[in-house]
Amino acid sequence: MDARIDLNNIGFDFDLTKRNAGLEANGATAPKATKTGTTIVGLLFKDGLVLGADTRATEGPIVADKNCEKIHYIAPNMYCCGAGTAADTEFTTNMISSQMELHRMSTGRESRVVTAMTLLKQYLFRHQGHISAALVLGGFDVTGPHLYTIYPHGSTDKLPYVTMGSGSLAAMSIFESRWRSDMERQEAIDLVKDAIEAGIFNDLGSGSNVDVCVIEKGKVDYLRNYARPNERAQKEQSYKFPRGTTAVLKTSIRDLVQVTEDTAMDIST
Amino acid sequence: MHVRPSTHPTSQAKEAAFSPYEDHGGTNLAIAGPDYCLLASDTRQSNGYNINTRFAPKTFKLSNKSVLATAGCQPDCAMVTTRVKQSMLTYKHNHNKEMSTSAIAQMLSIMLYQRRFFPYYDFNILGGLDEDGKGCVYSYDAVGSYERVPCSAFGSASALIQPFLDNQVRNKNQLGKPKVTEFEPVTPLPLAEALRICKDSFTSATERDIYTGDYLQIFIITREGVEEQIHELKKD
Amino acid sequence: MSSVNFKSTRATQAATPITHSGGPVVTGTSVLGIKYKDGVMLAADCLASYGSLARFRDVDRLQPVGEHTVVGASGDIGDFQYVQDLLEKSMIHEFYTADGHALATPHIYSYLSRLMYQRRSQMNPLWNSYLVGGLNDSGEPFLGYIDLIGTTYQSSTIATGFGAYLAQPILRKAVEGRENEITEEEAIKIIDDCMRVLFYRDARSLNKFRRAKVTKEGVTVTEPYSLTTEWGFAENIIGYGA
Repeated sequence: MDARIDLNNIGFDFDLTKRNAGLEANGATAPKATKTGTTIVGLLFKDGLVLGADTRATEGPIVADKNCEKIHYIAPNMYCCGAGTAADTEFTTNMISSQMELHRMSTGRESRVVTAMTLLKQYLFRHQGHISAALVLGGFDVTGPHLYTIYPHGSTDKLPYVTMGSGSLAAMSIFESRWRSDMERQEAIDLVKDAIEAGIFNDLGSGSNVDVCVIEKGKVDYLRNYARPNERAQKEQSYKFPRGTTAVLKTSIRDLVQVTEDTAMDIST
Repeated sequence: MHVRPSTHPTSQAKEAAFSPYEDHGGTNLAIAGPDYCLLASDTRQSNGYNINTRFAPKTFKLSNKSVLATAGCQPDCAMVTTRVKQSMLTYKHNHNKEMSTSAIAQMLSIMLYQRRFFPYYDFNILGGLDEDGKGCVYSYDAVGSYERVPCSAFGSASALIQPFLDNQVRNKNQLGKPKVTEFEPVTPLPLAEALRICKDSFTSATERDIYTGDYLQIFIITREGVEEQIHELKKD
Repeated sequence: MSSVNFKSTRATQAATPITHSGGPVVTGTSVLGIKYKDGVMLAADCLASYGSLARFRDVDRLQPVGEHTVVGASGDIGDFQYVQDLLEKSMIHEFYTADGHALATPHIYSYLSRLMYQRRSQMNPLWNSYLVGGLNDSGEPFLGYIDLIGTTYQSSTIATGFGAYLAQPILRKAVEGRENEITEEEAIKIIDDCMRVLFYRDARSLNKFRRAKVTKEGVTVTEPYSLTTEWGFAENIIGYGA
């Protein structure tokens, strides 16, 4: 068997791109993807970094998922928040995560955040912004804590506090007025929670709960639903339908197995 | 809007042409009962992904017998409401009596159709009591087509609420429940149950429609007059 | 019912279509406003931009109108100056009647909203967003918003332009539900914190502001002032990647 990989046959299939462009020019519309109109943030504190995300996923004006996970696993010491098209953030972080694992197996060393950042930016740049993934990448490696933002076109930033998504300005307003260097762990978590909540309550693309992930040297705390400020109100009455509410128009019962009269097989011997 | 292309250099490469309309979101609901009418609206006013304010009422008491709910472009909603109120006042001065709900309904239709080619971007529900003291709900499109219905939902979450009302208020697709026919002007529901369905409609719409939320304003019109209630909705 | 075409046919009906302003030219950025214990506080910076050029650096965008009202403008400065002129004419016109009545905040708010709606209906808008701060008929704080299509709303915190994204979250957190507790000192701190954030993040802003307050005693507008800023953390930012 030929073990070589055919380089013309990996990655996306662009065969129908031109056909689809033609169809769209003639008025056809492509299926819409789920966007995570989102608030995601990250900040550095004294001993590490904190990532935060809201949990609303939207399809236009409709909430598609009230409690989705936007903080993705990259490596044991590294997580990545995603905003943009849900499928793009999910597949991109998954793929980089798998490459990081292979790299660890090959080198026998802990993953570095720059490695993931470089793989992500090169991948996104290669696709010229067509992969709508806006990411906040954070991790703690042998060189210390690192926090990056990666834009869909492949540009990156390395800053002490960052925000992304439709709620990025709301979250940044909290950071710009309250961030200080070398904060304590709990202070940092509280600030991230307040930044995400600013997005949840002021940006219609963001909502529901606050997810937090604290990454320190040799230690990760994934605090799923760290705050739940939007519990659903109790319903006023039950809407259970009594049996028979839906008409039975036709009944058909079929025998899927033939049951024959016989003595059971003796398996004792 | 069509604008003549200008040759002036500063007019090149400007933003898109001016649009006189914006959608400010929000949802309205109305149920007509045997001796009551119920109108409800959320109070969130939004613009894009921003919340303008959490409390901007868009449903207004017109008289002791009628209430008007508006949704769509806020300035147009405000204009329509103002004009209806003004005309009602003129009518009162001319005839020394309050306009009936059915008369307001016909007048509103004409007002909307007069602007057929520059419409008010405003989806109205007029609710109240008719001449026999029965609940009545009139629902409109933006250019004045209207119809008396037993219940109605309009606005950003209408597609979520209307099927629920059809099922729970008009008993559609429910075997063993009394039929509320297409031609019935009112529903047989008691007020208390209509209120429960109304509140559940809004808490549920708030869960799934990003433009609906903050507060719920309910108007209950009975022979005694108009009662107003305010309830909390989620703020995210 | 078939779908309705919301586009105006007015412009196409005329034999030679009239062209109106295609957009704002010289612009002011955000205006902020909050209600507090004694009244209303507004703030705006002193910059008028010409595109990305910081063209005029001492522009006053907070206009006192009558005894108990301030109008704050963002958007086209030329259109604002025209509105200032109209407002002044109205105040003088009212004064001539000499009946002891003057236009109060709700009247000015109503007038401005009708003006803006009329102009949008003529498809020739005044390219502004306005905040109107003052006192209502019963002497309570009043804060309202009006924009170029005539949208109106009132709230205890309002921010126009970029401020709607960057200042409103801070304002709501600080003010909502506490309107009757906030002292003047605290109100100043809240407003200044927001103006600082706007200076950090709004590329069309300036670290030179005016602040206005309206209380029962009347209107006061401060002289232009600057805020302290913090750039120390920038020392540690090196590059954008490895």
